[in-house]
This record gives sequence, C-alpha cells and structure tokens, in this order.
Amino acid sequence: MGKRKQMVERVTALMGNPEMIRNIGIVAHIDHGKTTLSDNLLSGAGMISSELAGKQMFMDSDEEEQARGITIDASNVSMVHSYDGKEYLINLIDTPGHVDFGGDVTRAMRAVDGAVVVVDAVEGTMPQTETVLRQALREYVRPVLFINKVDRLINELQVDPQEMQVRLGKLIDHVNKLIKNMNPERYKQGWRVDAANGSVAFGSALYNWAISVPMMQKTQISFNDVYDFCTNGDMKTLAQKCPLHETLNDMVISHLPNPVNAQQERVKAIWHGERDSAISKSMNSADPKGDLAFMVTDISMDPHAGEVATGRLFSGTLTRGLEVYTSGSAKKSRIQQVSIFMGPERIEVENIPAGNIAAVTGLKEAIVGSTITTLDGMTPFESIRHVSEPVITVSVEAKHTKDLPKLVEVLRQVAKEDPTLQITLNEETGEHLMAGMGELHLEVIAHRIERDKGVEIITNPPIVVYRETIKKKVENVEGKSPNRHNRFYIDVEPLDDAIVALIREGEISMRMEELERREKLMAAGMDKDEAKSIAAIYGNNIYLDMTKGIQYLNETMELVLDGFEEVMKAGPLAREPVSHVKIILRDAKLHEDAIHRGPAQVIPASRQAIQAAMLMAEDSLLEPYQKVFIQVPQNNMGGATKEIQGRRGSIIDMQSEGDLTIIESRAPVSELFGFAGDIRSATEGRAMWSTEFGGFETVPSNLASEVVSKIRERKGLKKELPKASDFLEM
Amino acid sequence: MLIVVNSNKLYLNLFHSLFKFFLQMVKYHPFNEADMLTFIGLGLFDEQDISLKGLEAVQSADLVYLEFYTSYLMGTTIEKMEELYGKPIIRLMREDVEQNPDWLENAKTQNIVFLTGGDTMASTTHVDLRIRAKDMGIDTRMIHGASITSAVFGLSGLQNYRFGKSVSIPFPYVSSRGNRVVTETPYDTIKFNQENGLHTLVFLDINSEHGYMTVQQGLALLLEVEEKRQEGVMKNRIAVGIARAGSADVCVKANYANNADAFELGGPLQILIIPGNLHFIEAEALVKLAGAPARLLQEFSNES
Repeated sequence: MGKRKQMVERVTALMGNPEMIRNIGIVAHIDHGKTTLSDNLLSGAGMISSELAGKQMFMDSDEEEQARGITIDASNVSMVHSYDGKEYLINLIDTPGHVDFGGDVTRAMRAVDGAVVVVDAVEGTMPQTETVLRQALREYVRPVLFINKVDRLINELQVDPQEMQVRLGKLIDHVNKLIKNMNPERYKQGWRVDAANGSVAFGSALYNWAISVPMMQKTQISFNDVYDFCTNGDMKTLAQKCPLHETLNDMVISHLPNPVNAQQERVKAIWHGERDSAISKSMNSADPKGDLAFMVTDISMDPHAGEVATGRLFSGTLTRGLEVYTSGSAKKSRIQQVSIFMGPERIEVENIPAGNIAAVTGLKEAIVGSTITTLDGMTPFESIRHVSEPVITVSVEAKHTKDLPKLVEVLRQVAKEDPTLQITLNEETGEHLMAGMGELHLEVIAHRIERDKGVEIITNPPIVVYRETIKKKVENVEGKSPNRHNRFYIDVEPLDDAIVALIREGEISMRMEELERREKLMAAGMDKDEAKSIAAIYGNNIYLDMTKGIQYLNETMELVLDGFEEVMKAGPLAREPVSHVKIILRDAKLHEDAIHRGPAQVIPASRQAIQAAMLMAEDSLLEPYQKVFIQVPQNNMGGATKEIQGRRGSIIDMQSEGDLTIIESRAPVSELFGFAGDIRSATEGRAMWSTEFGGFETVPSNLASEVVSKIRERKGLKKELPKASDFLEM
Repeated sequence: MLIVVNSNKLYLNLFHSLFKFFLQMVKYHPFNEADMLTFIGLGLFDEQDISLKGLEAVQSADLVYLEFYTSYLMGTTIEKMEELYGKPIIRLMREDVEQNPDWLENAKTQNIVFLTGGDTMASTTHVDLRIRAKDMGIDTRMIHGASITSAVFGLSGLQNYRFGKSVSIPFPYVSSRGNRVVTETPYDTIKFNQENGLHTLVFLDINSEHGYMTVQQGLALLLEVEEKRQEGVMKNRIAVGIARAGSADVCVKANYANNADAFELGGPLQILIIPGNLHFIEAEALVKLAGAPARLLQEFSNES
C-alpha cells in the first residue's frame, strides 16, 4: 500500500514535465506475447511481483479475457523508469491483438505518441501486425520493434548464431519495408527501425529478458553470450543481467518522442481547425495553461463513480469542477474526478496537465471520440476511423420481459463503451440489434451484458450485415415533396474507389477547410467543380450540391441531407447500409414560404429521389468477406482447404514452413458461421486460425434475389423486390 | 359591449328542416346538381362560425372530410361539430391530404365536402387538391369562411391595402448532424416589406411535435436572426400580437418587438404582425385598441 502511494507520488511529480513523459502503446498480432510483455514491464517498475508476472495478466482486468487468454479491452498504466540518471514517466496502453477488437487498437493509437510493435521471432509479421502498424503510421504514432520469443528460435528451431542473426536481420528489413510501403512520407522522415541505433530489441517476454545494441554496450553481454544462456537453459541469469523492462523502457525513452515533440505533428494529423488559432498553438506545445483540449478514446463503467472517460489531454489542465463543452452536445458538464490508471485500479489525483493520458468522470455527454474543451465552438478532433466495418448482427431480447427497460439502458452503455458496436432498434419488430466486427466480438459483448450488467438475455443466431451499392449512372431523377410544391433533381453514380479510400482513411472530412479537401479530392481524380461542391459525406458516400444560386436552398440543405443520410443508413433494396454512392443535386424548386418546405416536405422528397434513382441504377447487394489465415500440419491440410472451399471460399496463397502449411484464404461471412467447430473436427483440432475483415463483394446473381427477399421478409418489408416507381408515385 | 347576433338558432334549425324537406320534394338542391367535391371554410373559432350555405352543404353531403393540421378551431371539438351536422366526420391526416388523397375517388360517385379552418383555400397546399380533382374529372366548388388574414385588419386597426407579402415562421429544425436551422426567410420578407413601407402578416407554426407557436416564440426567432444579421429590421420596431381571433376571449397587444413580456397573450391560436410605416390613424388604433405605448402617436403624427 505504502509502495503504491509512493509510486503515485512519483508519477504525479513527473506529470507536469512533458519532456520526461512518453505515451506509448504495445501492438501485436494475437499470441505474439503482448500481455506477457506488459506484465513484465509492470513488474520491472515494481507494480506487481516478478513471480506473478506472465501469469497474472495484470492488464487483463476482464474475467473474460483471462478465461480466453486473450486481451479484449485496452487497459492503461502509468509507471516510472530511470534512464541516464533521470526519472521518466511512461504512460502505457495495452491493446487487444484479436482483430475482432480492432476498434480498440485504433482508439488507443489516438492517445499515444509511440508504439512498441511486438513480433514473434518464429512467425514473423502477421496480417494483424500489419493492420495495427498501418493504423499507427496514419495517426502519426512512431514505432519501435521488439522481437519476442527469440528463445524459441534457438531452442525449438535450433538455428545457429549465424542463422539467427540473418533471420533477425530479415525480419527487421521486412518491418522497414512495410513502413516504406504503407507510408512513404513517414519513411522519408526517418521512421524506420534499426538494430544499430537501438530502436530494435529482441528477447523473451516470458523469460523476462531483452537485449538491444545499446544494452549490449551497457552490460557487456554479447550476442554469443545471449545464445549461450539460451542453449544452456539459464535464462534466469540472463533476465537478471538484461531485464526486459530496462531494455524496453530505455528504448522507449530514447527513441519515442515526448508529447511536446510529438504533438506538433500529431495534432496536424488528427485536428483540422484554424492553424494560427490560440488553441492550435497551445496543443502544439502541450501548454498546460491553454484552453482544455481532451480527446476521449475510451469509456468504461465504474460501479461507484459511473462512466469513466479515458483519453489524451493535448492542451490545458484537467481539474475537478472544471466546466467543459463536449463536441456534438449543447450542454455543459462539470468534471468530477480526475485520475490516472494503475492497471485495473483508478487513482484520483489533484490535476493532470497537457501531454498525459487521463481518466475523468462527470462527462455525461461524452462518447468515444468526443472532444472535451473549455473553448466554446472549438473545432473537434477528427473522428476515430475504424478500419473494419460491422459485418454481423445479432438480435437481443430480455429473457424476462420485466428486464426490458434495464436492457435498453445496458445496451446504451455497452455501445458507449465500444464504438465499433452499433445498437439499433428495429421499429417493426421491436428487437434490439447489435452489429459488430465478428462472431467472437458479439459473443463477448453478450456475455458481458449477462455477467457484468446482470441482465439475462436471449440472442438469436447472427445475421450478416450486407451493403447496397449501384452499378451505373442515372441522371435527372425528380423527387417531389408530399405537398408537391418542392422538387429536387438528382443524378446518382458509383463513387470511385480512390475517393472512398480517402473517406475511409479519414483523409477528407467535412470539418477540414474546403480548399484542403478539394485538393485531396482532385489529386484522387475528382473533377474540380465536383470537388468544391461536397455538401456531405456519410459512410462511404458523398452528396454534391452542383446547383447555382437557388433561393432558399441554403436553409433547406440540412433537410435535404437528412433525407440523404436516411437512405445511406438503409438503402431502398433491402434497407441495408449503402456504400460507394455519389449523389449530385442538379436543380431544385422550392416554395418561397418556409412552412411549405419544412422537414415533413423536404426530407421525403430528397429521400425518395435517391431511393428511386438507386433502384434505376441497378442497386445491388454486397456481402462481407473475411480473410481466413490457417496454420495447419501438412497431414491435415486437406481437411482445412475443404472447409474453405465448401464455403464459397477461395485459397489465395499457401506456403509451407517446416511441416506446417500456412493458408491464406477468403470466404463470405455468411458461410463462416460455425467455422470454429467445423475446422476443429476437420483437422483433428490441429489448425490455428485467425480472421480479418476482407472487404465486400457483390452477391452472386444466382443467389441475389433470394438473399434480398429473405432480408426484406425478416425486416417486415414487402417480400417482392421494390421498383423505382414505388418511390415516385404520389 | 356590442355583440352582433346572426339569427335565433331555434328559428334557424326550423327553417332549415323545412327547407330540406322542400328540396327533397322537388328533387332539387343547389349543391347537389351532380356528384362533386365542395371545399368549405369553417371560419375562425368554433362550430358556429360556418356560413349558412356551408352548413347546408355539410348536412346534405354523403361524406364529410375534415383536415385540422393546417389550422384548428380552438373553440370546438369534432364531437360538437358532428352533433351540429348530424353526420360523422372523417378526419384526414397530412398524408391523406398531400400524399395519398385516395378519398377523392369518392367524389366521382358521391357528394363530398372537405372542411378546413378559416377560409377554404387560404392554406396553400389545398389548391393541389382542386387540381387533382380537376384531373380526375371531378367538379369542385368553394364555400368561403371568415379568415384570419382579413380578421387581423379589424383587430389591429392596420389597413388592408398597406400589407405586403405574408410569411410563416416554422419551429427551428435540428438535423441528424446536430445542426439547428433557423429560417431567415421571414426576416427577409419583413425587410422587403419594410423597404416599401408595408406591414407583414406573420403566420406561426402549428406542428404535431412542437405544438402551437406563440407570438413570443416567433419574436424570439426573429430577434435571433437580427442578432446574426445585424440589419436593423427589428430595431425599435412595433409588433402586434393577436390571440384567439373569433372568440369572446380575443386578445390584441401592440408593443416594441424586443419587449417580450408585453406579448404574454395566453392560449392559442396566435398570429403576429410586424407593421411597416404607420398611418396616423393606424398608430391611433394601435394605441387605443391594442395598448401600444402612447409615444407612437407623436412618432407617427406626421405620417400619411
């Protein structure tokens, strides 16, 4: 207890000194040893006993996580490390490795300035390593590399010292090649990992040792010594001489930027407000005296304190009682507790200055991604982009009808805690629908609702979330308002992949300056007149206003766009979300009196024009795919490939390593239900597999109308396929 | 107090029954020459405001339709109306009037009436029904009722020929992106009228979600636009608020537009006038009939 208090005092003493702070995350493919690494770092910092480290899974605060042996939620801890005779504060966020929880990784990246990328020495970089590395680079988060499980290389694969060096060198080259390909701009700025300068370390998180070139110089332990310790089975001595936490933390402190250095560039990447404003300058220099600018990256529930918002403080100082604005809400709220995290424990402190990761209570209006500020009208941070999109839905009912109100509240809460989860109410059937990133993701959430929130629920079998898109261009479709006094004329056409990529990667948004957005769109091939006419972006779709000088259109546009959003949320064919659609408003006739062009008139006119136009433009259904990576012994390979091929899947690549075959394949999500059990029996339980979002493909035409009818029937719509005239007759 | 009484109700009913009987005998009815659609304005306040001709037509109709979403008779209920008419009323929602007026078909084979508050075609959307009926080969006819648009002249003392374009103020709209849209069209219309010295009649929103807009709410929205635009349209400007026209409890108040407390008018329906230049008789009427501050008399004594 006394030790804990002492630790808190050391942490708070350092918080006000940004040069001495490092905000970092640990990212890795599932099973590459990330949680073991975090635990050993904590034990090194004196926060848990060394015996427990690697077993306790200190950061895995969720019972579910410990049971499954994987990390689900990102947790945080602050620790102090001495380097070169000075004390530094390291704020660490642990992130999940399973890609079903990719949303957490993206959010954690927003809070940190640097990332320790963990790669298994035997397996090398995996698809998920690449996904998280790409996210880090996009958020301007600088990487260093830790090659884990080096002992396996020596003891299992029995490579000699020569070959070990070659293998490690190859792995480092590969990581650099990834950085170069993913983000040439950062690579040119010198963002690469290099064993010689100490931005690469290797070791064994399990046996609690690590080594790097600077550490070799410091300890006089040579590469051959390491090799000998491993082969002699004396890694304990090695752990005493080259403790994991010392090597890793030294690397973090010397190679990852402090908040002052980092924020200048990071703010540029995630905030698109006025560059010369006071708040911009204050964020660039992590000024504790500036206006508050706090980005919420996580919301969790504390049984006593209520909702806890965790995030990164870019400017100003958080103190109790501070009155703040929350982006997207008109209400002001008052900060109650200000605290730091020590693993699962939250410890209240007096105040937290800019540059730190903080947890606060009292922000009733906040959701993940909110900007909290003391500056009225501050441009909010860019919303957090999720690389994966929800592909599966389950409907949830309360087991006991009396629990229904409680269920509604609990669903609201879990959605707030996990922004990759979408909760919607099906108004026709009264069911609540949870949409998530995969089967496992939704299973975990369902379990959490029952265990943590104490509501017994019945979930129905999962349903695939499809997308609707159009195949061709259609011009001059008229939408009439119910009172027939207002008319809108639109074109629809498929939106180019290059533009969709800009939207998905957060490169363009409605918040950035028009000129900056226009230039990016034109660089991606959009016509200049179109590029300067963007009125709204919703999902992977855009709405262009190409009209000129139409009276009253200005104050009517919000209504037009509400109609646009309604259709993009639920397309005309099957009420599934719409993707890759460009809508161009060509002309409008508006009644001069505002009452005759109100919401009840304009929204349906705008909506029906788009619905009809999409159906004329061959609105069709896209289905989500997952990439499936399988590692399986040669002998069981046949069973594994058969499982994929039997599910409308295709094998993309197959490589053998020793007696293992590594299969890369993809299959539609709709065919993957129950895959876990089936592949287990098909391979006698010998296959290791993981999945990743694999994009969308058009549903094969022989299946399409049946799939559409089924969806429509499920949603209580007319089973017959809709026609454009259904939306035009009035 | 002077009350103008139309006629004794008892005699009216008696006369009416006899008249109807007579009509049946000779198989002639002025409103039943053929199957048609008759639009009837119900007047300002309660079921008693309908014209004799209108009542006649309702009572002899095969089907009686009513729409109450563009206007509303505050002083009555549908039950009371049905009692007076001796007929069931079919109430139409906005969708039935604007989107799917399937009921119009009935006018091909039957005699139907369509009732609205005020005058029958004062609500802009209804002309659309006449056009649709015409396209369907249905004859239409109108029986007018008293309208707020003319009642305001008498109530305020502002003169008919000095009004410009009228305008409506809708409740602000909050979009799904969280943007609040306050229309500036009323402000522009008032400005346009003012530049020509004309008064502006301002209709206030009736909305199923927000209820009835009051004069105070309408003025607050105009002042909000003024705050943004700073064009002085509402500066030192007199406004006239009218509530419950056509009832015994009618209320008319004139004062400076920024003096919100002066426009506490009680219940609905309410309507607003923003006068342009005042003729000295108009100024006198506002002071003596609507309680406007007496200094208006000096201010406008030389106007003509």
